[in-house]
Amino acid sequence: MIDMLKSEERAIFSLRALYRKYGYLPFKMSKFEEYELYIRNKDFLVSDRIITFNDTNGKLLALKPDVTLSIIKQGEDEAGVKQKVYYNENVYRVSDSTQHYKEIMQAGLECVGDIDLYDIYEVLSLAAQSLELISDKFLLEISHLGIVSSILDEVCDDEVFRKQAILYIAEKNAHDLAALCRNHGIADTGIAKLTALITTYGERSHVIAALDGICTTPEARGALDELKALSTLLDQTDYGDRVIFDFSVVNDMSYYNGIVFKGFLDGICDGILAGGQYDKMMRRMGRRAGAIGFALYLDLLEQLHSSSEGYDVDVLLLYDQSTSLQTLNSTVNQLISEGKRVSAQKAAPQKLRYRQCVDIRKETASC
Amino acid sequence: MLNIALPKGRLGEKVYAMFEAAGYECPSIKENNRKLIFENTQKQVRYFWVKPSDVSIYVERGAADIGVAGKDILLEYEPNIYELLDLDLGKCRMAVAAPKSFHDDGMRTLRVATKFTNIAARYYAGLGREIDIIKLNGSIEIAPILGLSDVIVDIVETGTTLKENNLEVIAEILPISARLIANKASFKFKSAEIENIMRSMKEQVSKK
Repeated sequence: MIDMLKSEERAIFSLRALYRKYGYLPFKMSKFEEYELYIRNKDFLVSDRIITFNDTNGKLLALKPDVTLSIIKQGEDEAGVKQKVYYNENVYRVSDSTQHYKEIMQAGLECVGDIDLYDIYEVLSLAAQSLELISDKFLLEISHLGIVSSILDEVCDDEVFRKQAILYIAEKNAHDLAALCRNHGIADTGIAKLTALITTYGERSHVIAALDGICTTPEARGALDELKALSTLLDQTDYGDRVIFDFSVVNDMSYYNGIVFKGFLDGICDGILAGGQYDKMMRRMGRRAGAIGFALYLDLLEQLHSSSEGYDVDVLLLYDQSTSLQTLNSTVNQLISEGKRVSAQKAAPQKLRYRQCVDIRKETASC
Repeated sequence: MLNIALPKGRLGEKVYAMFEAAGYECPSIKENNRKLIFENTQKQVRYFWVKPSDVSIYVERGAADIGVAGKDILLEYEPNIYELLDLDLGKCRMAVAAPKSFHDDGMRTLRVATKFTNIAARYYAGLGREIDIIKLNGSIEIAPILGLSDVIVDIVETGTTLKENNLEVIAEILPISARLIANKASFKFKSAEIENIMRSMKEQVSKK
């Protein structure tokens, strides 16, 4: 039966089991949310174009474009306590390519509350395991916004520079970043640090060694220590070789802080998993607690499988009015018992792809 | 197999020479025929010629792992890719040009004809100047002559076409050159090959 499920559906089954093992509870929500929630935090969303409609009482509602905001909204802060939830929900966003609304199947989890380094590791580990459940050819790349931010603070505090520099870091665009630095009168040492940040990625111990020289401020050192501790834990897993450090992952720094990450599967042209720590978002929502989570874009799994299975059915079974019901039924059952997929038809449908034709009509004609 | 999208035309030929020098040759590409895809199975490389403005689409969507695109295209379409290297080829500039007699008194909305609507919009937004964008697909230079626009925003190489149409550059927006770009996922899974190419091309650029 599992074979008959679409890859997204199969993934959801195994992901649920994984998240439950770590004590994550299902989070079910309504398809609708008050529009105000999104308009107050529109920069947090991938797109601010939202499907809205009026409820019967006139209140403006939205088909939810995001799950995280709904989860944050419902929790409460309690010292030492964490709310650990997982979900699989459809969200509604504008597609980048068609510019039309699209239903996207998303699965993910959130750990909200008094989080510590263990929780961060647990979420990273679950992100890696989620990818591995879909394909063992995966890569999870981790960045620390504390490092990116403190190096940027160190070289220049101009907001315009910072905004553009972050875009170049995300593009691994060292040449334009160096030109931007020169235009802002930044010293060669500063340019060298930013270049090192862009060009240092990959195997974790190699990155940690390279960062040692450029993380000089207390903030950057603190962030590097966190990466070191996480890396030590990841070393003890059997998927640790597929978890790398890469500072081109730069989520919006007005919402995210600390660890951010992105997951890739070989064969899918874009990141299929994205997540990070969003304590700043929590503050904006009036929460004191911290939070970390991720989402998996399951609709992208379509790219992994081509629909090139040769046949729709194994047997096209042709019968006619004169065929006895008994004969038809027993022939179908016989073929099914042989493990074949059967389509009983009075005429061959034009688009049906079949491996074999069995004709039980009285006046047998060729298929 | 590494898939490489090359921009059709003279720039593409120069860029292929750089890939060849990096050790990723594909002799069949030099055969005089109308094929668009060329493969060297021994080197595990496949090249294909595409319209220059489409290179970034092939790369962003993963049909090509890497490619070479002009900075003008990258700025206009803002594809979600890595921009790995400035190849210092195909150098020109994005500029505003106007008839020699043009004077902008700032009293009315400026009519701007261009292929590069996003670049033009961003440039004038930065100046706080209200504009009306007229999207054209070619022969931009005639727009101000025929009164369709006040100015144009376009790529200027030598300036000869402008001169011949009695236009002049009144502002430079930014320099343009060809860039080596990579699909983000391909960069993760084919990092050794891509880094190898990047390293060699960097050396070739610095030796110029």
